[in-house]
Amino acid sequence: MRRWRSFALFTVLAFGYAFLYVPILSLIVYSFNESRLVTVWAGFSTKWYGVLLENDQILSAAWLSLKIAVMNACGAVVLGALAGLVLARFGRFRGRTAFTTLITAPLVMPEVIIGLSLLMLFVALQNLIGWPETRGMTTITIAHLTFSTAYVTVVIQSRLSQMDVSIEEAALDLGAKPAKVFFVITVPVIAPALVAGWLLAFTLSLDDLVIASFVSGPGASTLPMVVYSSVRLGVSPQINALATIIVCIVTVAILIAGFIMHRQEKQRLDA
Amino acid sequence: MMPPPVPPSSMSSGPPSITFIGTIWRWLLGFTVVARVRGLAMGTVSWGRAMVTAVPFLWLALFFGLPFLVVLKISFSEAVIAQPPYTPLLTWADDGIMVLRVNFQNYLLLVQDSLYWMAYLNSVRLAAMATAICLLLGYPMAYAIAKAKASFRVPLLMLIILPFWTSFLIRVYAWIGILKNNGLLNNLLIWLGVIDQPLPFMHTDFSVLVGIVYSYLPFMVLPLFATLSRMDESLLEAAADLGCRPGKAFLSITLPLSMSGVVAGSMLVFIPAVGEFVIPDLLGGPNTLMIGKVLWTEFFSNKDWPVASAVAVATLLLLVVPLVWFQKAQEESTKKVEELV
Repeated sequence: MRRWRSFALFTVLAFGYAFLYVPILSLIVYSFNESRLVTVWAGFSTKWYGVLLENDQILSAAWLSLKIAVMNACGAVVLGALAGLVLARFGRFRGRTAFTTLITAPLVMPEVIIGLSLLMLFVALQNLIGWPETRGMTTITIAHLTFSTAYVTVVIQSRLSQMDVSIEEAALDLGAKPAKVFFVITVPVIAPALVAGWLLAFTLSLDDLVIASFVSGPGASTLPMVVYSSVRLGVSPQINALATIIVCIVTVAILIAGFIMHRQEKQRLDA
Repeated sequence: MMPPPVPPSSMSSGPPSITFIGTIWRWLLGFTVVARVRGLAMGTVSWGRAMVTAVPFLWLALFFGLPFLVVLKISFSEAVIAQPPYTPLLTWADDGIMVLRVNFQNYLLLVQDSLYWMAYLNSVRLAAMATAICLLLGYPMAYAIAKAKASFRVPLLMLIILPFWTSFLIRVYAWIGILKNNGLLNNLLIWLGVIDQPLPFMHTDFSVLVGIVYSYLPFMVLPLFATLSRMDESLLEAAADLGCRPGKAFLSITLPLSMSGVVAGSMLVFIPAVGEFVIPDLLGGPNTLMIGKVLWTEFFSNKDWPVASAVAVATLLLLVVPLVWFQKAQEESTKKVEELV
């Protein structure tokens, strides 16, 4: 009975992981395909990587996306840390329900609705006060900040509520100002969550097609927008090559992060 | 005698719409802000705390809350060829009277034209089916990870999260290569001799469901794992000691205790899936119309902002119940964490 159950669980797990990884592996394998037809194998080749690196449209879009992603990640960590602090430390206050609603709703709100409503706001603001003058990098960054702050808040809040409050209380008892306590004690303790939140906001921004399409203006195309217009025309080995590069970067980054975290954990246990 | 002040007609759209939004907005936010300011004046709330709360609060109020009111307003206006392409709700008539023109045509269209009805029903149907499949696949996965050896747990979780860090668009795109007529799945089935003609997987409900389940599965597994791994094992041991069978123990202990995870995971899948655009656009066909794609088409192809806004408002109304449910589950799980701490 017991053995049968663990066998069933193992099967489901194996099937689940295969389901998650087969599409990604197929992308990687076919990025090295000589043929233009993605699903017909015609021999090993790296020519699509060369074609990709000469595609100016994709490269300039990638540069724009990176700039937006970095600005968004930095802003979202600041806003998310503040919001996480409010939710984890301030207890019950008037308007807490309104606050939590504003924080959690962007997590599930369909992207088309966020995108459309933000564009409507930008257009209304432009008519009323003349800002924003044009739509592009600024409006995309504001839009991304708005929805990625919610994710960062959840990450930071959960770390804050796991943290031992007595150190903060001790510092406060000894007369440290709340702001000093936050920067000297809280920030170093929640640093892993801040880094995780930064990376999460960075990826969310780099990944977003729908919201950016709504709030972008003429001439400002992010990487997903360029990928989308090329994918709509059919499968292209160049996109496979791009996907492979992204997967490699992400895997290396996660391995490094995992290694650092593992080492820190070990040092903590040794000490 | 002074003549009554007549506002210049060029100002017609500006000030009145500020008051319109302002009224509702003050009403919605008023209580909170007033309470805060009063607290500050009386010295019961510290300035530092107020600032820490105000910055994220005002940001989200301005860029997440306020836009919905703008959309609500535009959904009651008429489409015109102008910049911006809709009529103002409030105008100044020549004799200085403010005229409110509310246009219900857009909502009437949503009720009368079967296109919108079908798209709504189809979105809810596909999202519900995808949520059920995610739950059936995700629950045993989360359970197996929670029951795995401690040293395996972190890598297994990492492997659930890893696909989420790679581009969503590209992962959906990967399924085109697998599901299309001369794609990997058909080639495999033909090679195995199961079929001799390629099956039309693409542009069907099936391909959209696969896309949604694939993209949202991690969102189901993670909250389920969080509740299952926090569960008190001694309850199950007590049940076993008292002669309870494992199956019954699962149904009467594990499942009820993981309900907040089930609700949170299901809502994390269902709500965004209802409004999904990329998956039905890339994997779906003309018969798998979903409301997110209808909204996108109204906006980008038909350039009809009022109808697109009405579609957004109607979608939001449809999602209010699941949203509140999600909110409750989220609060419950944070409350549980606070009790544990």
